[in-house]
Amino acid sequence: MAEKRKEFWRWKEYNWHDESMNPKDADLITAGVDVGSVSSQTVIMADGQLYAYSNMRTGSDSPDSARKAMSWALEGTPLTMGDLAYTVGTGYGRVNVPFANRAITEIACHARGGNMMYGPSVRTILDMGGQDCKAILCDDRGKVTNFLMNDKCAAGTGRGMEVFADLLAVSIEEVGELSLDVEEEPPPVSSTCVVFAKSEATSLLREGWPKSKVLAAYCSAMAHRVYTLLERVGVQKEFAITGGIAKNIGVVKRLEKELGLNSLKSKYDTQIAGALGAALFAKALVEKERKQAAAQ
Amino acid sequence: MGAKFIKVLLFKDGRVVVRTREEAGFEPLAAAEKAYAAALAQAGVAESDVQNVFATGAGRKNAPRAKDSITEVSAAARGINHLMPNVRTVIDVGAEEGRAVKCSATGKVDDFAINEKCAAGAGSFTEAVARALEVPLEEFGRLSLQSSKAIPMNAQCAVFAESEVVSLVHAKTPKSDIARAVHDAIASRIVSMVRRVGINNDVALIGGVSNNPGFVDALSRGLETNVTVPEHAEFIGALGAALIAGERSN
Amino acid sequence: MKANYGYMDGSGEFFITIDTDSCIACGHHGCVSACPVGMFEIIVDDYDDEVAAIKGDHRKKVKYDCGPCKPVSDRPPLPCVTACTPGAISHSW
Repeated sequence: MAEKRKEFWRWKEYNWHDESMNPKDADLITAGVDVGSVSSQTVIMADGQLYAYSNMRTGSDSPDSARKAMSWALEGTPLTMGDLAYTVGTGYGRVNVPFANRAITEIACHARGGNMMYGPSVRTILDMGGQDCKAILCDDRGKVTNFLMNDKCAAGTGRGMEVFADLLAVSIEEVGELSLDVEEEPPPVSSTCVVFAKSEATSLLREGWPKSKVLAAYCSAMAHRVYTLLERVGVQKEFAITGGIAKNIGVVKRLEKELGLNSLKSKYDTQIAGALGAALFAKALVEKERKQAAAQ
Repeated sequence: MGAKFIKVLLFKDGRVVVRTREEAGFEPLAAAEKAYAAALAQAGVAESDVQNVFATGAGRKNAPRAKDSITEVSAAARGINHLMPNVRTVIDVGAEEGRAVKCSATGKVDDFAINEKCAAGAGSFTEAVARALEVPLEEFGRLSLQSSKAIPMNAQCAVFAESEVVSLVHAKTPKSDIARAVHDAIASRIVSMVRRVGINNDVALIGGVSNNPGFVDALSRGLETNVTVPEHAEFIGALGAALIAGERSN
Repeated sequence: MKANYGYMDGSGEFFITIDTDSCIACGHHGCVSACPVGMFEIIVDDYDDEVAAIKGDHRKKVKYDCGPCKPVSDRPPLPCVTACTPGAISHSW
């Protein structure tokens, strides 16, 4: 029997909740569900504090992926869906979150989530997701002032990096570290287009380049591409990176060098920014409703 | 010096003597030498008898043997004018680039638009999807002619299109309909570019992708005009380069 | 808010920027009827403001969909830019 081909791009799914909190004591529980093209996250928030979250691969069916991400975030907690006062759906599949009370764009949610994750001084948020790349400027309340989203082209997205991981048979989680294992920084891969960059990489491997050097050339091309996108909105201090690629140190280090700016670090998982922002929007919307009800 | 194939053409006393072709592969310069040597051998011409050599195409600056080079658009305009003097719009779609050239009655370039450095607007897009579908490229074009249903292709990127095709296959979409969707998608991008340079008089399609009947059909439908493919359409650039080399050697 | 719709790929950068702060004050939204291919729509954004946006199915194709208004030679002024009285619309290419 043929051995199943290893899928180097596959990353692990996980969930987490804060054991030290008792969410049953909370006055207001809200949720945010970010259904991305590649991964889906759910964040549960108790009185404005992060309580639980999950990160899973998105399946072919968005409503199903949303349900799964939600039940996995609730797993092991004393909560059920009935405890959620309000749920906001976001991300590429946001209109397909069947149990959400409202859908809000991932741009607005990332800005709001970033504001909590990195503090109100953050002005520029770069989100490198599975199939898109977003550059967002926001004010001290996490409101978007300028944005662009590139979801047309695979270059500069997680998908592009997955193609390279697969080509080089390197696990996606190890790409970043390995790309830094070079004595001298090679010139970046010259093609932007992933299809053409892949042929370029194949030639480099034939010339005898080690995998680490090829990855260095690709990570640096990716960093430069993202830099160009950031320039369009105009980077302002402080600067933060969210999304899956924020975990790729090979891209992050090179981008920071090109910008001459270090990115803010957060105690939160970089992949939950969108879902966290959605849960914060949910909280604000409930509070607004309650205020209006009280005024009547 | 195309991205995928190197083409050599010898021109003598007003006619084409020989055409040879080699896959560029990872060593395009060696492939070019091989195609050049084959052309001389087949024509029975000594190297010293060749008066002038011009190169064109993506790798034209590095072409061995060439004394000079001309751009792909100049080569396309000059080459098509020699074969089809009524053509005023020539569309050149290769593996990695697409071009629309408006040319004059004398084969000069009036205007042009180029789509480059993105696989979505060129033959590579078809190749990527054909590979994902596990259909040989030669069959892929014919397959799309069997489709009667236009389905949309949302991905505007060859990499994203591969994933989209996988979902379409899972949804039991016939391969012929997928093939048509792919050709319609590339054609729509080329059509937009052609309209930017404008159409008057005859329209011709050249370059490697002109071998693909599915694309030719999609392009004719998109432009709402009959698109003619000349014989040896992938050699038109080389022909243009040979003609200009001849003029400049005198 | 400056909303940049469009994309960047190997062939270049193609963005239409809409300054939505100018949109909010604009009552007539001339852009919607000015665009010959109907790329503009008026939406209620995430902050509950009524603003212009590029429709989702055009965002990944602006280079091509804007083609009719951008001939290679003798390019006339863009209809969307001309129709936008608050001057909120600009193109990157």
